[in-house]
Amino acid sequence: MSFYNMATPFVYILFLLLLPFGIPNLLLYLIAFVTGLTLDAFYDTLGVHTAACVALVFVRILFISVTVSRDGFDEPEPTLGNMGIKWFLLYAFLCTFAHHIVLFFLETFRLTEFSYTLLKCLLSGIFTLFLVTLIEFIFYNRKVR
Amino acid sequence: MRNLWIFISRYNAFFFFIIFFTVGVVLTVRNNSYQRSVTINSTNKVVGDVYNNLNVLKKYINLGSVNDSLAGENAKLKTEILALKNIDTAKDVIVKDTAGVPQYTYLSARVIKNSITNRNNFITINRGKADGMETNMPVISPGRGVVGFVQDVSEHLATVRSLLHKDTHISVSLKRNNAVGSLVWGDRNSDYRKAYIKDIPNHFKVSLKDTVVTSGFSFFPSGIPVGTVSNTGISTGDNFMTIEINLFNDFSTLQYVYVIKNKLAKEQTELEAKLPNEQ
Repeated sequence: MSFYNMATPFVYILFLLLLPFGIPNLLLYLIAFVTGLTLDAFYDTLGVHTAACVALVFVRILFISVTVSRDGFDEPEPTLGNMGIKWFLLYAFLCTFAHHIVLFFLETFRLTEFSYTLLKCLLSGIFTLFLVTLIEFIFYNRKVR
Repeated sequence: MRNLWIFISRYNAFFFFIIFFTVGVVLTVRNNSYQRSVTINSTNKVVGDVYNNLNVLKKYINLGSVNDSLAGENAKLKTEILALKNIDTAKDVIVKDTAGVPQYTYLSARVIKNSITNRNNFITINRGKADGMETNMPVISPGRGVVGFVQDVSEHLATVRSLLHKDTHISVSLKRNNAVGSLVWGDRNSDYRKAYIKDIPNHFKVSLKDTVVTSGFSFFPSGIPVGTVSNTGISTGDNFMTIEINLFNDFSTLQYVYVIKNKLAKEQTELEAKLPNEQ
């Protein structure tokens, strides 16, 4: 059993993670929906990525509304440089796993392979998270305070 | 009424989530069903074109190994022709219909998109309705076993539901004793080089390195090599064995495939549809 086949990263979610704070919720969902649909067209998995992206955006909205003060966002975008490593890691972690859990379970669509799907989901999630953080560090741009 | 409106707009994130998520799940479920009407996939003109162009580079890189496999198959075919030339007429086993026309004809196609890392994998090939393609036609790889079934057909492209898909079951048999089983992929395994044969009765003797071929009961012609037995010790707890096999076909380097047109496929399907459904 090769490790590479177990973990498939989906780095495109970085696009949804980094959308600016000020976007209205409906627009955010529409962007996620279209992104997912585009990916599905290329992966031949109609609906799977769409549902996963929508789930990601839902978690994103919840997390941001809990952790960032509603009136007047200081920063334009939730990047690593703007928000700090602790916040960003937690944010990316929650969003990635919401996305991956929906993605892998919708794709498998049966519960007999539950533990195996969960393992695949976990490994892929770690891989995605690693790549997302790596990319964020490459484009690290610390704000001068 | 006003309170309701305020409630909805305060928790709009949640309600939008419900709406969009439902649409996504409905699309997935519809996509899983046998008859599909939406064509947002790689038989689509735009998506198909993108894959077609991307594939030019990959084609060059794999040229060497593709040549090798084609040359190998040529050699094999030549030997067969030689063998057929001095065949005893009593032993002629080519499947022909009453008019003397072969039952199966082959159509070669190029793979323009392939995936092996998903739970359900699809392949897109550059043949479509214009070339006489229909859904459920079997697809094989040159000299190296089964690939899958045609799923969707557009004018010039078609998607193939690869063996690496949860809904693909192919009837296969062991060459040694003709024990028939069902070839599936997945189930706690995501290695594209391995697959499982289910539902072989326990009393058959199976040993390592036994060759597995198609049985001819599904749409595939009989006798196409599929793989060799690699593990017989999987416990199932019932009267049937599950066997792990190594596939001959390397899905990661698939470049050319053959689509098999079966003249009698329609007749067979119609006839079998009349049987009472046993499941």
